[in-house]
Amino acid sequence: MSLGPDDVKNIAHLARLNIDESDIESYAESLSSILDLVEQMNTVDTTDVLPMAHPMDVSQRLRADEVLEENQREHFQKIAPKTEDGLYLVPKVIE
Amino acid sequence: MYHQKTLAELAAMLEAGDVTSVELTQAFLDRIKQYDGELNSFITVTEAQALAHAKAADEKRAAGNAGPLTGIPIAHKDIFCTLDVKTTCGSKMLDNFDAPYNATVVEKLLAAGVVMLGKTNMDEFAMGSSNETSFYGPVKNPWNTNAVPGGSSGGSASCVAARLAPASTGTDTGGSIRQPASLCGITGLKPTYGRVSRYGMIAFASSLDQAGPMAHTAEDCAIMLNAMAGFDPRDSTSLDKAVPDYTADLNKPLAGLKIGLPREYFGEGLDAGVAGVVNTAIEQYRKMGAEIIDITLPNTHLAVPVYYVVAPAECSSNLSRFDGVRFGHRCDDPKDLEDMYKRSRGEGFGAEVKRRIMVGTYALSAGYYDAYYIKAQQLRRMISDDFSKAFEQVDVIMGPASPETAFNIGEKSDDPISMYLSDIYTIAVNLAGLPGISIPAGFSNNMPVGLQIIARHFDESRLLNVAHQYQQNTDWHKQSPDAFA
Repeated sequence: MSLGPDDVKNIAHLARLNIDESDIESYAESLSSILDLVEQMNTVDTTDVLPMAHPMDVSQRLRADEVLEENQREHFQKIAPKTEDGLYLVPKVIE
Repeated sequence: MYHQKTLAELAAMLEAGDVTSVELTQAFLDRIKQYDGELNSFITVTEAQALAHAKAADEKRAAGNAGPLTGIPIAHKDIFCTLDVKTTCGSKMLDNFDAPYNATVVEKLLAAGVVMLGKTNMDEFAMGSSNETSFYGPVKNPWNTNAVPGGSSGGSASCVAARLAPASTGTDTGGSIRQPASLCGITGLKPTYGRVSRYGMIAFASSLDQAGPMAHTAEDCAIMLNAMAGFDPRDSTSLDKAVPDYTADLNKPLAGLKIGLPREYFGEGLDAGVAGVVNTAIEQYRKMGAEIIDITLPNTHLAVPVYYVVAPAECSSNLSRFDGVRFGHRCDDPKDLEDMYKRSRGEGFGAEVKRRIMVGTYALSAGYYDAYYIKAQQLRRMISDDFSKAFEQVDVIMGPASPETAFNIGEKSDDPISMYLSDIYTIAVNLAGLPGISIPAGFSNNMPVGLQIIARHFDESRLLNVAHQYQQNTDWHKQSPDAFA
């Protein structure tokens, strides 16, 4: 499996990652070599094998929908890049 | 000399009143000051907090409320959230992050009276096998400072090997406790998936990540695991199973123990010097009364390819939380939201993390999901079934922890694939969720070699027993690097 510069740009966009133009070529190379390694998976027939999501096949535990944590807004917002009046500030989304 | 003692010996000295926690903590802080400039094993040293906690531990002991770990200083891998203490995960992304809460592991060890010396260096977001991907620079191996300590828990391994801390915590997603333990000549245990809480442990690959102890001996790891293990309602994959006393079985004789040697772990790619050391260790077990049985784990060669789908896929999802909104790095003057996401992440993450996020994003993208992720999860079951079959025949499985001893800094950093292959013997254990340990078994060209032991799910007691008996009959775990004596 070989990825070209346009594939890398597309994947980087999906992952919301800024990649320097000068690094695109080397990422194309290293991602392609990783996909080549992964390609070995296709040497094995896995028809009828149940995919394994948990090593002990345990399913996700559920609990009652109750409020257990107290609100710590100020404590958590202390480490935020930008806040105002208890809200997280980001660049304008809607004109 | 406190620093040459094991954690168990230090605990006995505290109990006997031969030393106070403040004296012990100061002695290790002094060693960190003296030696860590050279090793770079710590990102943050929490001196003031350590001395305050040591004083509190001494008071607790004076009041008659001490447990086996009260007043013992240790180091935490910088992947664990520590309240109001910088928690970087080895990344520029979290260089400004003072965690707003404690990880469950940190909380439990704190409750047991442990004193935190500081936070150890690691590969960025635990992605690496050499500690070279850290934003804070590579860690050095105390046995040869030109060599890597392994990774991703490289700082934790290096600081214990150099006796800058009697023990540390680590995490293991594909070998990140066992491989650095092997390369630095210490004992490192990866417990069963779900045994130790992942709450507050910054997530890399959620179906594989597991925390464990790193120390000089199996006994020390048992004491640590007693405090670390247990069900946690805050971790949705934590398993609700009683925690035994992991020190209880340490002295059980090994007569009749069945040890499986997977022929796939002794083939092409294994360094001859490492093979020699591992074979000698197995001979020692035979002398101790164990029966050695040849076994096969036929899908071993698929573990690395499967891992490099599952781990990147889960990491691309987990690391989407780093978006510059609520915590962590935000770029200057974003022109819109998308620009803020892209530049914050582009500036905050290093090259290896970006590579894995992109592999995962690709594998999970529309049209590729079945070919990559589902295929990998199917093979994961086949790899896991290999182990189940083997454990019908044997009690534990043994082999090398790493195909070679520590390589030099820079030797593999330009070649991700050759770096990935250094975890060839450890990755399958994570895919199957099994417990594994690496113990010092000797030296090849003056560098430490680790013996890996693998057991059934939740059979940590046996793993520690088997490791402890070896350490009663050999002294490899007592060797320490001359330069840091």
